[in-house]
Amino acid sequence: MSRGGAAALALVAVGLVLAPFFLGAYPLALLGRVLALSIASIGVCVIWGRTGILSLGQGLFFGLGGYALAMHLKLAATPRGELPDFMVYNGVEALPWFWKPFASAPFALGMVLVLPALAAGLVGWLMFRRRITGVYVSIITQALVLAFVTWLGGSQGLTSGTNGITDFQTFLGINLRGEAFPRGLYWATLLVLGLALAGTAWVLRTPFGSLLTAVRDNENRTRFLGYNPAAFKIAAFVLGGVLAGVSGALYTLHLGTISPAMIGVAFGIELVVWVALGGRASLWGAVGGLVLGQLAKDRISSAAPDAWLYLMGALFVLVVLVMPQGVAGLLTRRRAAPVRSSAGIKEVGNVASGD
Amino acid sequence: MDPVFLFGQLFTGLSVASILLLAALGLALSFGLMRVINMAHGEFLMVGGYLTYLASQWLGPDFLWLAFPLAFLGSALLGALLEVTVIRRLYGRPLDTLLATFGVSLILQQAARQLFGSTGVPVTAPGWLAGAFVVHGGALDGLTFPHVRLFVIGLSLLVLGGMWWLLNRSRFGMHVRAVNQNREVASALGVNTRRLDLLVFALGSGVAGVAGVGLALLAPVNPTVGAAYIVNAFLVVVVGGVGSVLGGAVAAVGLGFVTALTEGFTSVSLAQAILLVLVVAFLQWKPRGLFPTRSRALEET
Repeated sequence: MSRGGAAALALVAVGLVLAPFFLGAYPLALLGRVLALSIASIGVCVIWGRTGILSLGQGLFFGLGGYALAMHLKLAATPRGELPDFMVYNGVEALPWFWKPFASAPFALGMVLVLPALAAGLVGWLMFRRRITGVYVSIITQALVLAFVTWLGGSQGLTSGTNGITDFQTFLGINLRGEAFPRGLYWATLLVLGLALAGTAWVLRTPFGSLLTAVRDNENRTRFLGYNPAAFKIAAFVLGGVLAGVSGALYTLHLGTISPAMIGVAFGIELVVWVALGGRASLWGAVGGLVLGQLAKDRISSAAPDAWLYLMGALFVLVVLVMPQGVAGLLTRRRAAPVRSSAGIKEVGNVASGD
Repeated sequence: MDPVFLFGQLFTGLSVASILLLAALGLALSFGLMRVINMAHGEFLMVGGYLTYLASQWLGPDFLWLAFPLAFLGSALLGALLEVTVIRRLYGRPLDTLLATFGVSLILQQAARQLFGSTGVPVTAPGWLAGAFVVHGGALDGLTFPHVRLFVIGLSLLVLGGMWWLLNRSRFGMHVRAVNQNREVASALGVNTRRLDLLVFALGSGVAGVAGVGLALLAPVNPTVGAAYIVNAFLVVVVGGVGSVLGGAVAAVGLGFVTALTEGFTSVSLAQAILLVLVVAFLQWKPRGLFPTRSRALEET
């Protein structure tokens, strides 16, 4: 990163840390929410920008993380020995077996990481082992999230259905409705985001990170060099899934609820487009694109809900047509990333020309 | 299990499958030829559905036959427009095309919402489609075959036959198959591949519009009707094998049956999840679908 870039970054970081002192309640809550969401965009950067896998199903991992935490919060808000309210309404008589361990906070927090990791590992293994690539991966991940959302919505008694899980009270003994909570949550979110950014930046700088790029740019050549591309793709997918899960858990805390509508097909695609807008191959581009995009969405969609959908649709088309490498790609022209080799797109003449 | 219920479910599954098949045909064609996935394809079904609604409003239910050319031409024109403005510019970038066309589908859905409202609009079927054949006596006593569903099945068989003829017996079809196999060589031999892309894309969109007519006959048309079908249409393409009409037909009927039967035993939401698990399991066995196009290329997108 250039010296100017580093200075700008430091300025933004200081501004973000000090934000609770000069922002009002609503803008702070909005910013915190968007920062929580941006953790998922780091995952998209890893699996799409770096490894070339376009997953439209990040909502699945986001939802698993979110629901893992929401189940604990719901149990914490329910008097001991009683059932969560929505189960009572739906005539469920005993706590379902998979709800029981979530009464323990350490278990639930562990599951925020483990559930998305397991799901991503399994899905990745099933797909990449059989060399399913490109748009097939996108379609399968999209169908997976659709199946998940449909199941969540249809299982009233188990997951509260389309209403989602809501009415949380405390987390680790902290009152979620207390006065100090919004600031604390904001800083906690910022801390987790910082850790996720630093950790991912470090991972991408290791030889492992270089191999992800190698798999993206020429999977077969990587294979011929003796590496197993499937293993690297699965690893990237798991990393992206875990980041989405953490993001989902934080987002659930910010919003005080989670529901199938928050994690569906549109969520996954919107996430990808903000990352594309910012720059899919750059961590800063991904996070920046998502944060600025979501802030703009909040403003415009509350002013003109109908116009917003047209605008977003047009934005999807324009970003792809005009700025395939996003804003970050425009800013860092020095490393003119090859447009055609990114995102798993192979030239038709690839093989014959030996390129 | 009650045989009447079982056969009733299978019949319903068949009629749903026939619409899925028409939706998947266009997807399979354009994906096979241009390697692009059109996320706005479902909206062509929607457009066909709304055009049917308009035709029934203006002309009355007896002129339903006019809805077919109207839906076909309307969707085909819209498809051609999309090809020229967006898809053509993204040639060789399938994932980017997927994102861009999703944007187009958002715009079309919102436009439909503002033009027709977010609740469904009903299409009145003509009198001769209103009845049903009912089986009397025997083990299947009480089994009904609604005329509308029979008509939709017949319609898709007709379109399927037409497509087969077009692809395998006409000069146009020969060009399509040639470009499908090797774009460069076909182009060198004088096939205008750009024009062919446009024609095939418009044709696939038009067929989706015709599927929309069938859809409108079965249920009210709403802005998200296409989105509801699109994922399953994609699954048909993936299971059937890209660019294979036969594979698409087999996959559509298979998926329709699986959905109808699991819905009979469990809930609709669980049926969707089960279907997907089966599809992913199937891809472990045949990653390139039922009837893959054979190729010696090292990499295929």
